[in-house]
Amino acid sequence: MNSAEFTAILGAGALLAGFLGALTGLGGGVVIVPLLTLAFGVDIRYAIGASLVSVIATSSGSAAAYVKEGFSNIRIGMFLEIATTIGAICGAFLATKTSAAAIAIIFGLVLLYSAAMSNRKRSDAHLQRGPDPIASALRMNGSYPVGDEKQHYLVRRVPLGFGIMFGAGTLSGLLGIGSGAVKVLAMDEAMQIPFKVSTTTSNFMIGVTAAASAGVYLSRGYIDPGLAMPVTLGVLAGSLLGARFLVQAKTHALRIIFAIVIAFLGIEMIYNGFTGRL
Amino acid sequence: MPAIQEMDDTLIDVRISVLLRTGMILSAIVIFIGGALFLLHHGRSIPDYRVFHGIQAPLNNVSGIVQEALHGHDLGIIQFGLLLLIATPVARVLFSVIAFWMERDYLYVAISGIVLVILLYSLFVHRA
Repeated sequence: MNSAEFTAILGAGALLAGFLGALTGLGGGVVIVPLLTLAFGVDIRYAIGASLVSVIATSSGSAAAYVKEGFSNIRIGMFLEIATTIGAICGAFLATKTSAAAIAIIFGLVLLYSAAMSNRKRSDAHLQRGPDPIASALRMNGSYPVGDEKQHYLVRRVPLGFGIMFGAGTLSGLLGIGSGAVKVLAMDEAMQIPFKVSTTTSNFMIGVTAAASAGVYLSRGYIDPGLAMPVTLGVLAGSLLGARFLVQAKTHALRIIFAIVIAFLGIEMIYNGFTGRL
Repeated sequence: MPAIQEMDDTLIDVRISVLLRTGMILSAIVIFIGGALFLLHHGRSIPDYRVFHGIQAPLNNVSGIVQEALHGHDLGIIQFGLLLLIATPVARVLFSVIAFWMERDYLYVAISGIVLVILLYSLFVHRA
């Protein structure tokens, strides 16, 4: 296989990953590393480097739409980015000290977790007790549009959310992924932010988080232009297409199928990690 | 229920949206041009990513990449496009610092400022 064929096939694979990722809301980034390592035999360090830049591209693309619609809360995002960016730099340094096999196993576990999280029930029926003093001091409470009305919400347990976000940033830097599933956990479960706000704010934060580890990846030679080019352009085009189809598509069945694929890839990554093939 | 202070960030939101979209489109165009040149020159070469060698200087640091791109080297142009992509969220944070300053929201000037310093540290200060 020469470079032109490799670029074309990889670009098509990345396009499909981005498309399914946007349709199901799971993000294309999580399948890029398994695709590159398992199907194309790429070294996991080049794979996480290419994945990381593609994650920045999709975050900027989708955040541009969501921010304008008024769902994302830029104050919550900005504050939590302190935790995710510090975590991301730590994670990127950890990646340079961790064996490829160990990274593959951790990656597999995160894939299994993401698959499990994707089909859980979502409820916005949070217990509302008065405003939380820390959230109020940080002016995080906000509102989002529901039709012509504004739905107000209160933010809770800021320190817990901040702590989980540090973990999300570390995973992002270690594995070259957006770790959206962990970010949503921090905002949905810990801080009790409504689902629409937490997913869109998480998306908004992913780009900044990934940019923080990109510096470390770049200087360590993880970002290969020949590999990152088809991956980034493919995932970006796929996710923009996916977002366009999102309105008409019935995503429930697709979400289950994609979750099964992700779980399967997770098991495959763990297996290859233990047998030392990655 | 006591009155809860809620901020209206509509104008900031719209500008951030334009900034992110512009950065994304610009970097995609640069990466595409670099990629087309790369395939034109090296389309028949055999890629090998099985063994990790690590991208060497000048393509592993900001100033080296800018130099390579200015000389019109294909890989340098791709890498420059990737840098623009990485710079887009950084520019968003810089814009937030300025926007919060203009709103006299100094608490969030400080918060965005901390994030900006962390990002700049990662991109410029630290060296492997």
